[in-house]
Amino acid sequence: MSKKSDMTRRNFLKATGVAAGAAALSGSILSVTTAETHAAEMKHSAQLPSENTRISPKGKMFFTNELEFATLSEASERIFPKDENGPGAKELGVPFFIDNQLAGAYGYNAREYMSGPFFKGAPTQGYQTPLPKRDIFSKGLSALNSYSQMTFQKNFPELKDADKDVILKMCESGAIPTEGFTSAYFFSLLRGAVLAGVYADPIYSGNSNMNGWRMKQYPGAQMSYFDIIKSRNFEKIEPVSLADMY
Amino acid sequence: MAAELKKVNVVTVGVGFTGGIVASECAKAGLSVVGLERGGYRTVEDFMEIHDEWRYAVNYGLMQDLSKETITFRNDRNMKALPMRKLGSFLLGDGLGGAGVHWNGLNFRFFPYDFKIKTMTKERYGSKLSGDYLIQDWGLSYEQLEPYYTKFENIIGVSGESVSPFDGKRSSPYPLPPLVKTSVMEIFENGAKKSGCHPYVLPAGIASQAYTNPDGAELNPCEYCGYCERFGCEYNAKASPINTVIPVAQKTGNFELRCNANVVEVLKKGNMVTGVRYINTLTLEEFIQPADVVVLGSYVMNNAKLLMVSGIGEMYDPMTGKGTLGKNYCYQITPGATGFFDDQMNLFAGAGALAIGVDDFNGDNFDHSGLNFIHGGLISMLQSGKRPIETNAVPAGTPSWGAAFKKASINSFTRSLGVGAQGASMPHRENYLSLDDTYKDAYGLPLLRMTYNFTEQDRAMFDFLTGKIDMIVKNMGAKSVGLKSNSKDYNIVPYQTTHNTGGTIMGSDPEESVVNTYLQHWDAENLFVVGAGNFPHNGGCNPTGTVGALAYRCADGVLKYSKKSGSLV
Repeated sequence: MSKKSDMTRRNFLKATGVAAGAAALSGSILSVTTAETHAAEMKHSAQLPSENTRISPKGKMFFTNELEFATLSEASERIFPKDENGPGAKELGVPFFIDNQLAGAYGYNAREYMSGPFFKGAPTQGYQTPLPKRDIFSKGLSALNSYSQMTFQKNFPELKDADKDVILKMCESGAIPTEGFTSAYFFSLLRGAVLAGVYADPIYSGNSNMNGWRMKQYPGAQMSYFDIIKSRNFEKIEPVSLADMY
Repeated sequence: MAAELKKVNVVTVGVGFTGGIVASECAKAGLSVVGLERGGYRTVEDFMEIHDEWRYAVNYGLMQDLSKETITFRNDRNMKALPMRKLGSFLLGDGLGGAGVHWNGLNFRFFPYDFKIKTMTKERYGSKLSGDYLIQDWGLSYEQLEPYYTKFENIIGVSGESVSPFDGKRSSPYPLPPLVKTSVMEIFENGAKKSGCHPYVLPAGIASQAYTNPDGAELNPCEYCGYCERFGCEYNAKASPINTVIPVAQKTGNFELRCNANVVEVLKKGNMVTGVRYINTLTLEEFIQPADVVVLGSYVMNNAKLLMVSGIGEMYDPMTGKGTLGKNYCYQITPGATGFFDDQMNLFAGAGALAIGVDDFNGDNFDHSGLNFIHGGLISMLQSGKRPIETNAVPAGTPSWGAAFKKASINSFTRSLGVGAQGASMPHRENYLSLDDTYKDAYGLPLLRMTYNFTEQDRAMFDFLTGKIDMIVKNMGAKSVGLKSNSKDYNIVPYQTTHNTGGTIMGSDPEESVVNTYLQHWDAENLFVVGAGNFPHNGGCNPTGTVGALAYRCADGVLKYSKKSGSLV
């Protein structure tokens, strides 16, 4: 195992004067080092993850109903299934990522314009529903189960994979009845959230142990690529998380 | 009642590149300046957690909070305009430094042709476009703007190479050599040369080496970490207002920066403005800031809106063609292609403006006889740092989710290259900005209303550029190419470009412009309005270089005006 350097990200920035930032003008703080020096120092700083960032338990902050959460989990897994490339959405913690996001600003559309009046609008005008994402997910998942019951007389999580895909395709096409939003819109949110849960930094509860990044050969939150930017070969770099930076 | 504050020489509304440039130049010259910035204060130290795609790229951490203010949009004036509830097509900045903090760093000059587009089109082609297209000369030539381009490039430390045969004449070389040319960029270079084009490494407001600008501000060399676009630079390598002009203004002692100060009205008395009224967005207290000169230096949308809600200037009416305020709103068209290759590439590494491109099909650099459009676009490939959540290109025919999608998107992540164009946008009589009649912002003001759609000219150019992109990507050796389709109607949902222009256009004639060539308002000599809103049409490359040049021109205007009042033209 590689040794973890005591050169943390913050210390690196302090050492090289970058954190002095705009203060540079007010004094003589900023000694400009060359990028080569930066890169050499950083080789030591961005090493393997520290143990303490990998053991936080995942839990539900939003869903209270097991069927809804199981439906979310199974739908996520069909969108991003486990295969020979590596883990699927469930193993990567995606359902927890989505649950945790729905509990906060994302779920409440906190930074979106939610004032009325509400009109249907053209597709070119973007979403016009008064329902925030937390309600769309909740109602959308319930609608998947209602539709599964109607079609296959079972709830969504109990269906065979092929039947789950039938339901999800109906959802994607907008054919599943919902109130105040279309099932197509719900599906687009769900698909986006699944991909985010697979590939967002693991500090958000998805992308467990950075295995989403490893599959895609994405090195994560590296500080610098100065030493490889001119490389003609593909560089395999062990990923780092924001959680590894301290 | 609003508390009235002590009068100053100059107040800037917005403190990004434009407000910051005017503030620094005026403060250096000894004028007292107050900068009112509606967003929060920030420095480079606030970007310590910036390598976070979910927080900053997907959830727009540095962008405008639309719960407070957005715009409404419709494709044509027979539609009901509805709020843009979520950011998408373009990303409005927020906070000190504005969009100059989260920009990619691509820094161009427009062509000499752009400034005389009407005259030159007529000379070469006769009457090419119908009267519905409101193209006009800018009233200012490339040669007149050249010193200001140079000034801005030296202030932000542009890294570039002057090898494109289509560039306007430069009075001096770029202050820094270009960013590195990677093996990925060589793939484009080879494909472009094979297509008969003239590729060059694009000019970047990102330092390729350590740099000290003429004001004494310092930049560090780029680390190619791949987090420029939608992010702030934690290394001080990407130039922004917060590491150049704003600290310079602060150092003079003549500049007072007030953040969380949202201007809601420009106060006018007779033919002069007297100051501005603003709201502290944290305490909701209201203030009046009197000033000898008011400079609107916020984004395109807000500059236009402030003039509209303050009743300054005549609103443009598409029915009669009368009025100028809100006229000539332009955007860009963005054709593109994804090429799929066999070999893996280090696409996670890069910089926002690490890019290579060609101008062979931009401006009037090629013969448009027989084509039913004018102008064109830069075709380029960015190595800006591919991010995994939002980059999931798959070859045509692949489903958008499930096992096949997973396999293809993972495989293509390191093996696909995007090539795109920024097609210039010509003003059309039906594309304009006005005030909405239904929706309000958090302070009770009407939202700005955008009426915009792609035109025949846009769609023709889109097809033409798509053909050229396809040729280049094939010549790059792609085993398959996926082309972006030409859409009839502009859609505000998918991201396209944050190159919005017009609405407060410049010109030599008050009948067809809002401000003169010093960006001085025709109807109030002590009011200046500066930014991409001044562009009478939008060019075929990134606008920031031209915005920066106009801001230096504006600063010159304010300084001239402070010595001798009256119209500067």
